[in-house]
Amino acid sequence: MTGAPLPEPAASPTATDAGVPSTARPPRPRWRQTLGLLARNPTAAVAATVLLLIVLMAVFDESLAPSGPNEIAVEDRLQPPSPAHPFGTDDLGRDILSRVVLGAAVSLRVGFLAVAFALVVGALIGLLAGYYGRWVDDVLMRFMDVLFAFPAVLLAIAVLAVRGPGAGNTALAIGIVYIPVFARVTRASVLGVREEVYVRASRSVGASDFRLLTRHVLPNAAPPIIVQTSISLAFAVLAEAALSFLGLGTQPPNPSWGLMLAEGRGFIDLAWWLAFFPGMAIFLTVLCFNLLGDGLRDVLDPRQRTLMAGSGR
Amino acid sequence: MSELAPLLEVADLRVRLRTPRGPAEVVNGLSYTVGRGETVAVVGESGSGKSVSVLALLGLLPARVAAVTGAARLDGEDLLTMPPERLREVRGPGVGMVFQDPMTSLNPVLTIGRQLVEGIRAHGEVSKAEARDRAAGLLAEVGLPDPRRALDRYPHELSGGMRQRVVIAIALSNNPSLLIADEATTALDVTVQAQILDLVAGLQSEHGTGVIWITHDLGVVAGIADRVLVMYGGRCVEDGSVDDVLERPAHPYTRGLLGALPDLASSDDGELATVPGTPPAPTDLPAGCVFWPRCPVRSDPRCETEQPPLAVVGASTGGLPHRAATWCSEGSSR
Repeated sequence: MTGAPLPEPAASPTATDAGVPSTARPPRPRWRQTLGLLARNPTAAVAATVLLLIVLMAVFDESLAPSGPNEIAVEDRLQPPSPAHPFGTDDLGRDILSRVVLGAAVSLRVGFLAVAFALVVGALIGLLAGYYGRWVDDVLMRFMDVLFAFPAVLLAIAVLAVRGPGAGNTALAIGIVYIPVFARVTRASVLGVREEVYVRASRSVGASDFRLLTRHVLPNAAPPIIVQTSISLAFAVLAEAALSFLGLGTQPPNPSWGLMLAEGRGFIDLAWWLAFFPGMAIFLTVLCFNLLGDGLRDVLDPRQRTLMAGSGR
Repeated sequence: MSELAPLLEVADLRVRLRTPRGPAEVVNGLSYTVGRGETVAVVGESGSGKSVSVLALLGLLPARVAAVTGAARLDGEDLLTMPPERLREVRGPGVGMVFQDPMTSLNPVLTIGRQLVEGIRAHGEVSKAEARDRAAGLLAEVGLPDPRRALDRYPHELSGGMRQRVVIAIALSNNPSLLIADEATTALDVTVQAQILDLVAGLQSEHGTGVIWITHDLGVVAGIADRVLVMYGGRCVEDGSVDDVLERPAHPYTRGLLGALPDLASSDDGELATVPGTPPAPTDLPAGCVFWPRCPVRSDPRCETEQPPLAVVGASTGGLPHRAATWCSEGSSR
């Protein structure tokens, strides 16, 4: 069956002209297109750039920070911002700029770990529930409902109370809290994609369930999940701050933005910079994740995508 | 046509769907055969059970809402009772299917090549490069220009006609012995439709593929079919050779369908003939002949009370019996 082209239909000139565009431009992969469209959305582009800088700051924290995070200099305590200490110093004379830089690594690591965990587990649950339906759906989603019914902070505190405080356990606790969100978003998206003709068409040539799920259902159900990931990252950073604020997350003397905020609270009328700079770091990160999420949502919506791509060329 | 055992033998196929308004008898005891190299056209209005009847053959209806009974033997092996793993092996090499809308039957996020390769590699050990070669060959076979480059294109970069060729190439990728085309050309314009029909006819004569062609376009039927099966209300109301059914329709419904064909040559003031009324809801089929509420003849007292059996009517040509399920056929020629 291979080879041996049928001459007749191939010879029809109308088909040749109307079909494949004759430009030699190689097709761009979809992710490149997505990036290109994202770059054309100024808000999202700025947000992505700032986030990249924050991530780079977290990665190269040791070499960027002017001094060690836990270097105590009692004689310099509670210094206002100055050329020597741009963000000022705290009650133990530690440089706040250094602690904000080093805290980025802690806060972001917990955030990414938590969301990665929630994404993998939640998306898997949502995928199975949405695709198989019936009792699989009932069992998994009722379990998600139970998890969802707990107030988020209470659930996280319960997990930390059982497993003890610490960065890893904080990430786990936040991750567990966000699993139902990802499960629901994924399931809803999968329910729509599952009925698409191309899924049925692929089944009609004998594709296995695994293949259908990984190649056809998941990639087409992905856009809302990606947006949810970006927004959840913002919430996870906030949640880490909240838990550290409560004393359950990062433990002193290690810096995390939330913990610094908590520690600065006692000095808020005396030395505003203790709470202000870590607060700003949280604010900026969360804002950028949210803006990026909004941008991604626009870019990944197929209908809007066509509009934007059409106007761009 | 063929005196040998038929390729596909459907016997008393019934599909019942669970709906919020009670069970719906969407297909009611459908029986037909498809021989090797034969084209069977299934015609009927929207909602007459055409698509459901073929989706049921391949087990593509969601099991939670559809109950399928009867038998459908492909080369003697019943599709409806075979285990899921075996069915997965049959989909592709046994039966290939082309869906109605080429805009939605390709996955938008995968290239044409990957979707073709998927079908090829789902059956048998084939290396990626080898599968790609075969995919390019298939695209050439269905008349896609520059098949090598087309492999790396995404569906949205192709026109509707091109996409439908790709869909057909995927359906043919495992040399199916039976090809089911579910309104495969309905969404295409007539020139592209003609190309696709030629293409399928060519492949069919080359490979001896049996074809079930679902359509509501009687022009297509006249062009490609060996045999016609007219469906109404989930039943076969008339079947026979294409000449018998189109030239000497025995069922009032078939006559109505043929009468509803717009005639370009006629100089009427544009009033189109229709079959008055709408098809019955499958949740609420009438007693008696399924067609009687819309039937212009109703010449028999049994019309409203008794379902007419599919019985041989008139002389048959080409060795095929011409059958119709109606009480009203005798002596009521056009």
